[in-house]
Amino acid sequence: MAAPQFIKDHQGESQVYVERAGIGAGILLILLSVLIFRMAYLQLFLHEDFVTKSDKNRIQFQPRAPVRGLIFDRQGVLIADNATSHDLTVTPERVESLEALLLNLESYVQISGEQKQAFYKRIKRKSRPFEKIPLLFQLGEEDIARIEANRMRLPGVSVEAQLVRRYPFGSLLAHAVGSVRRINDKDSLVIDKSTYAATDHIGKLGVERFYEASLLGAVGYDRVEVNAMGRITQVIESVAPEPGENLELFLDTSLQAVARDALGDRRGAVVAIDPNNGGILAMLSNPSYDPNLFIEGISFADYAALRDSPDLPLFNRALQGQYQPGSTIKPFLGLVGLSTGRVTPELTIDDPGWFKLANNERLYRDWNWSKTGTGGHGRVNLQKAIYRSCNVYFYQLALDLGIDLIHDQLSLFGFGRVTITDLPEARAGLLPSRTWMQENRKKQWFPGDTVNIAIGQGDLLVTPLQLATAATMMANRGVWHRPRMVSNRDFSSFEDDFKPEFKHVSGSAWDHIIDSMEMVVHRGNRRLGENGVAWSHIGRGISYRMAGKSGTAQVIGIKQGEEYEESEIAERQRKHAWFIAFAPVENPRIALAVIVENGGGGSEFAAPVARQVIDHYLLKSDRSVDVGAHRLSAGLQ
Amino acid sequence: MSQDFIRRMPEVSGGFAKTRSLGEIIHLDFLLVSIISIIILFGLVVLNSAIGQQQELFINQLTRIGIAVVVMFLLAQFPPHFYLRLAPWFYAGAILLLVLIYPFGFEVNGSKRWLRIPGLIGFQPSELMKLALPLMLAWYLNDRHLPPGGKQIGLCLLMILIPVLLIANQPDLGTAVIIAFSGFLVLLLAGMSWRLVIAAGGAILAMAPLLWFTIRDYQRQRILTLIDPERDPLGAGWNIIQSTTAIGSGGWTGKGLFQGTQSHLNFLPESATDFIIAVLAEEFGFIGVMILLVLYALLTLRGILISLNAQDTFGRLVSGTVTFTFFVYVFVNIGMVSGILPVVGIPLPLMAYRCR
Repeated sequence: MAAPQFIKDHQGESQVYVERAGIGAGILLILLSVLIFRMAYLQLFLHEDFVTKSDKNRIQFQPRAPVRGLIFDRQGVLIADNATSHDLTVTPERVESLEALLLNLESYVQISGEQKQAFYKRIKRKSRPFEKIPLLFQLGEEDIARIEANRMRLPGVSVEAQLVRRYPFGSLLAHAVGSVRRINDKDSLVIDKSTYAATDHIGKLGVERFYEASLLGAVGYDRVEVNAMGRITQVIESVAPEPGENLELFLDTSLQAVARDALGDRRGAVVAIDPNNGGILAMLSNPSYDPNLFIEGISFADYAALRDSPDLPLFNRALQGQYQPGSTIKPFLGLVGLSTGRVTPELTIDDPGWFKLANNERLYRDWNWSKTGTGGHGRVNLQKAIYRSCNVYFYQLALDLGIDLIHDQLSLFGFGRVTITDLPEARAGLLPSRTWMQENRKKQWFPGDTVNIAIGQGDLLVTPLQLATAATMMANRGVWHRPRMVSNRDFSSFEDDFKPEFKHVSGSAWDHIIDSMEMVVHRGNRRLGENGVAWSHIGRGISYRMAGKSGTAQVIGIKQGEEYEESEIAERQRKHAWFIAFAPVENPRIALAVIVENGGGGSEFAAPVARQVIDHYLLKSDRSVDVGAHRLSAGLQ
Repeated sequence: MSQDFIRRMPEVSGGFAKTRSLGEIIHLDFLLVSIISIIILFGLVVLNSAIGQQQELFINQLTRIGIAVVVMFLLAQFPPHFYLRLAPWFYAGAILLLVLIYPFGFEVNGSKRWLRIPGLIGFQPSELMKLALPLMLAWYLNDRHLPPGGKQIGLCLLMILIPVLLIANQPDLGTAVIIAFSGFLVLLLAGMSWRLVIAAGGAILAMAPLLWFTIRDYQRQRILTLIDPERDPLGAGWNIIQSTTAIGSGGWTGKGLFQGTQSHLNFLPESATDFIIAVLAEEFGFIGVMILLVLYALLTLRGILISLNAQDTFGRLVSGTVTFTFFVYVFVNIGMVSGILPVVGIPLPLMAYRCR
C-alpha cells in the first residue's frame, strides 16, 4: 500500500495525532464505563447475593453434641455411662486421594473392608464442608500413639475424642435398658437433622429408645468464622449444648444379677415388678448379648454369630417371647369363677385324671394321669385345684364359664395387650376370643378350645412381662399400677383405655385365691398328693410367706394315648417351666414371672429361680453389686 | 509495570511540557506526579491490608517505590533526543536478552521467562521489551513521512513480530498480546489508515478459531471459566468466584479497612498481586473503586494531554502509546478480576505487589 508522498509536515502529523488520540480517548471512556457498570452490577445490584455468598464462605455452624443423659438403677448404680472414645477421623476436603490415604493409614492401623465401606457411606452422607468423617472407633492407646506420631504424613487425619455410650454391665442389662446405635441411613431419613447435627448415636432399643428425646439433650453450636482452609479463625457466637436428662430406673442391678445366676446357662426370662408402683425390678432375658458391641456397628461375623445362634441371644424373651402360660393361668380363672359365682370355695368335683367332652372322644388328661389308671386328684375343691394344679377341675370350670366370659375377665389382667409404659418393643401376646377365631382361623369356637384355655394351652399366649404384670395385679388385689421402667418421670398424663376395674370381685374371693397360691408354696409335710406342688422344691426353710403358681407349657402336642418320658424327647422339645409368685403375701413387695425354656416342670425348675430372686430382694439388706466383676464380664476395662 | 510507567512518563513530560515552571526545573509534570502519588498511597493502604500487615513485605514495596522514584527523577533529567538515539540499541539489547533466555533462562511454572544475572536479581526481558518496542517504532517513524506507507508498516510489523513471537513462545501469551497491542498502538497513533486497521482486526477475528486450537489447555480452561466459573468451582473457577464474591460483598462503602473477610480468610487468591483490586473493592466498596477509577482516568487524561503537547513525532508516539497501554493494563486487570475477561497475569499498575 502506497503512502502519499509529501515532505514532512509537522503540523499535519500533529493533526492526525490529535485525531487519533481523541478517538483513543473515546475508546478509553467506553472501557472505563464498562468497568464502572461491571462494578456497579456486582457491588450494588448483586450486593446482597454476594454478601450471602461471602458469609457462607466464612461462617459455619459447628454443632456441639449434648452429653447423653445417664441411666441409674434404683440403688444409684450407673448402668448406662458415657465414656471417652478416641475415633480416627478423616476430613475429605483435606485429602487428595482417599484411596491413597487409606492405603497409607493401613501401615499404621488395621482397617477392615467392612470399615472402609461404612466409611465411604458416611462420606456420602456428610452434611457440612470440612466435616470430620469417622473411619475407626475406639482406638487403642497404641494406635493413637502411632497415628499421632505420623501426623505429618497423614494430612486430613485426626484422632477425635468424643463421649460415647458405654454399658458397664454389658449383657446383664441389655434386654432391660436397650442400647444406642450409630445413626444409619434409615435413621437419618427420619430424624430431625438439626437436632442430631452433632450426635452420632440414637437410642435403638428399650429404655434408650423410648426416652430418646429426654436422654438426648439439646444440641449446642458454635458460630465460627473459618478461613479458606477450613481452620477456625474465631468463634462468633457460642451456645452450649444442654445435657440430656438422667434417668433412674426401678431396676435393681443386683437382683438382675441374681436372676441371671439362678438361670445359669438355661434359656429363659425373669420379670420382677414392685406391686406398689408397677416399677420393673428385674427384666432378664437369657442368654443375652453385649450391647457395647453394637454401638459403633458390630462386625458382620460377630453379628452373624449372634443372629444364627440357636439360643437366640438377641431375642428379648421377657418382652417378646410369647408362650402358652400353662397352669399359671389357673388362679386367674379361679378368681373369675368365684367372682362370677360359677363356683364356690366349697364346690368339689371328682377327678379321675382325665376329662372328656360330651360327644367327643378326645381325652383331656390331667398332668398326673397315667395309663395304669391310678392318676387323678380324687375329690377336688378350688383350693386344691390350685395347690395341686388340677386340670380336670379347670376343664370343667372353663366350660362352665365359656370363652366370652373368660376373654373379658382375663383381659382385665392385661392379657392380650401391651400395658407397659416405656418399653416400645413389648408384644401383646394373644387372648383368643370367638371373634378372633372367626377372623384369624376362619373357624367357629369349639368347647374344646375353651378346655385348652383352662390349662393355659391352645391359642392363649403370654409374655413373661404380661404374666408378671398379672401376678402383680393378683398381689395388689386388683389395684392397677401400670408397669414401667423409669421412676423419675411423671406418667400421670399417660393415657390409654386400659383401666381395669375389679369391683365385682369380693375381698373373700381374692383371699381365697391368694391363700390357695400360698399353699402352692407352703402347704407341706403331708401325705403324697396333699402338698403344694412347689413345696418340696422351694417351700422349706422359707422365712416369709410367698404366693405362687407353677406352670408347664407343652412345646409339642402329645398324641392321644401316648405317654412320654422327659429324657426321651429332644431337649428343645421339652416343656417350658413357668412360675409366678409374689411376696410377702400380707404386704407384697415383689411379684414376678419366671420362665425356663424347655426346662421341664415349673415347680421343679422355674420355682427355685423365683425363690432365689425373691430371697435376695426381701432378705438381703445389702444389695450392692460388684460392678467391677460385671465390668470384667462385659469385657471392659 | 508500575516502575516502568513512572520511569517513562516524567521523562516524556519533563522534556516537552513547558507550561509549569516548577516542573521545568526538575523536568517533571507536577499534576502527573501528584496523581501518581495519590494512587501509590492509596495502593499502599490497600496492600497493607492485603498482605495482612506483614511489615517485611510492606517495607519491600516501599523500597521498590523509593527506587522507582529515584529512577524517575534521574531519567527525567535526560533530554528526549537522548532516548531517541538510545532506542535502536535498547531494542536490539532487549531482543538479544529474549534470545538468551533459550539457553540460559530458568523455568518457573512451566514457562521460561526469566534471566538471572549472576549475583544479581533475576528479571524478565519481556518487561524491557514493553518499553523497547514503542521506543523503537517511534524512533523508526520519527523521520519517516506520516501516515506510514506499506513499506514502513511492513517493517514495523516485523519489528513487532520478532519480540512477540519470542515472548509468546516462552510461553507468556498475556505479555505477548499486550506488547503486540502496544506496537499496533504506535502505528495507529502514527496515522495508519483505518482501512488497514479494520482489515487487520478482521484478520485477527478470522484467526480466532484457529487460535483456540493452538493455545495451551490451561489457557483454554481460563476462557471456558470466564464463560461459566461454576463449571469447576474449586479449581479453575475458584479465583473468579472468590474475587467476584469479594467485590460484590463490598457494596457501596465496603467492609472497612482490614475487615475484608474474603481476603483475610484467604478465600481470595493472589490478593496482594493480581487480585488486589478485589481487596480494595471489598474493603472500600463501590465508592473506593470509583475513586481509584477516577484517579486512573485523570492520570490517563493527563498523559494524553502531555502527549498532545509533545514537540515531535517520537515524543508524541512514545508518550501516547505508553499512556494508552497503561490504561489497557488497568482495564484488563480489573476486567479479569471482576470476571469479564479471562484470567491473565497482568497486575494492576501502581498498586499491585510484585512478589517474584
